[in-house]
Amino acid sequence: MNKVPNNKAWWLVLPVFLLVAFSAVMPMMTVVNYSVQDIFDQSSRYFVGADWYRQVLRDPALHDALLRQFIYSTCVLLIEIPLGIGIALTMPTKGRMASVCLIVMAIPLLIPWNVVGTIWQIFGRADIGLLGATLAKLGVSYNYAGDPFDAWLTVLVMDVWHWTSLVALLCYSGLRAIPDVYYQAARIDRASGWAVFRHIQLPKLKSVLLIAVMLRFMDSFMIYTEPFVLTGGGPGNATTFLSQTLTRMAVGQFDLGPAAAFSLVYFLIILLVSWLFYTAMTHGDKD
Amino acid sequence: MSMRKTLALLLYFFFLLVPIYWLLNMSFKSNSEILGGLTLWPQAFTFDNYRVIFSDASWYSGYINSLYYVCLNTVISLLVALPAAYAFSRYRFLGDRHLFFWLLTNRMAPPAVFLLPFFQLYSSIGLFDTHIAVALAHCLFNVPLAVWILEGFMSGVPKEIDETAYIDGYSFARFFVKIFIPLIGSGIGVTAFFCFMFSWVELLLARTLTSVNAKPIAAVMTRTVSASGIDWGVLAAAGVLTILPGMLVIWFVRNHVAKGFALGRV
Repeated sequence: MNKVPNNKAWWLVLPVFLLVAFSAVMPMMTVVNYSVQDIFDQSSRYFVGADWYRQVLRDPALHDALLRQFIYSTCVLLIEIPLGIGIALTMPTKGRMASVCLIVMAIPLLIPWNVVGTIWQIFGRADIGLLGATLAKLGVSYNYAGDPFDAWLTVLVMDVWHWTSLVALLCYSGLRAIPDVYYQAARIDRASGWAVFRHIQLPKLKSVLLIAVMLRFMDSFMIYTEPFVLTGGGPGNATTFLSQTLTRMAVGQFDLGPAAAFSLVYFLIILLVSWLFYTAMTHGDKD
Repeated sequence: MSMRKTLALLLYFFFLLVPIYWLLNMSFKSNSEILGGLTLWPQAFTFDNYRVIFSDASWYSGYINSLYYVCLNTVISLLVALPAAYAFSRYRFLGDRHLFFWLLTNRMAPPAVFLLPFFQLYSSIGLFDTHIAVALAHCLFNVPLAVWILEGFMSGVPKEIDETAYIDGYSFARFFVKIFIPLIGSGIGVTAFFCFMFSWVELLLARTLTSVNAKPIAAVMTRTVSASGIDWGVLAAAGVLTILPGMLVIWFVRNHVAKGFALGRV
């Protein structure tokens, strides 16, 4: 659609701008303020410049958590995006079955995040949980509370269980938006199933996929509640991701300065990666 | 649909539903049965866990509080997002692309440290422990999403309709309310579902901004840890009850999710 240049449209956007700015700008500025000061109490605070930044950028514990976080988010995206597209493609397109599918898929999305952790916590136990007991019967040694890899895998499977539906729902509605003429043209050309997917469905899904990738990246990169409820970040540090390291610093040790500096760095990393996704996936539009 | 596709879909649904089945199963058991061993079906079927929730005000008020701020948030998000989405779908204006990306960046702030400033901000304006505080805070991540989804639906409405209405002498406000909003009714339904969902499951902000009067259900649930350990049965029952409101919402919008909302932006 051709859009008309009109700067008066800002008036329509203004309420959104003000509302979001109210909740976004003030907290952000407070955090910036913390990150450059050493605060003992209200009256004694000292400007320390970039000291906290220097300190957190050299902290090996944070490097480990960052690496763990990147590996985790990459796995989440590599599994959930293709799986979500696949499910959207296999879903029935109309009728009662389509409604049932949509409702079943929405169930995991509607559970508060701490409950998700709780379900899996007991679901995975070998003595009283279905998953743990089944795996034990099959002779697989599985213990999310003791084995670091099992714990990590449990958090990942939990995430796939929880969030793949979101990707699938978005893709499903994206697919429904493709007009029938495209498929008719493909039939005339005798295009294979793969060609239809590659040249019709995938390009048309681009805008929903962008939002799906960004939402899943941001949320998985900030994952906190689920591993915290499941194992408290353990065993060892296997499921201690960035958010949890940060919480330990801010709430546990009350090191507000370094924690604030660290969360700004954290924010910038997310911003940068999201911006890369955004520009990479919207780039084609201008041509 | 081919057999192989159906099978794959069934396999996925099995994967989705098994933990849910386990939650339901647990909610009808007594604690001793849950911790005593593995039973695929409650041996001593009981509604006690549900009875605890419905008879204890500190439990059921959690649901009321959550529903209250979630609905409030959904209404606010829709009200501000509708005109903004219209602007994004019909006009090009200074900084529109950047503005949209900036809106999205507000989802990216890691909560741990931002919680304290949030608490200070809402306390200083006297909104701490009110439903409106949580509803406003949740706008941070729901409004950008609402704008995006609505814009997709709006771009599907031909522009000739706007022009005809203006020629017929409609003012912008009258055209928007009388003609345009009914045309994108399904989009509003779908947006409402997503706002509802993300606000319903969010815990950290909701817990930080409330203490007693507006305490959300997810925070009440962390309370089941007592001297005798975790009350798994009640926790499971509460978990089951958290799913129901959202299922009701998606039931209403089920036929509209299918009408693509992927027509516009980016």
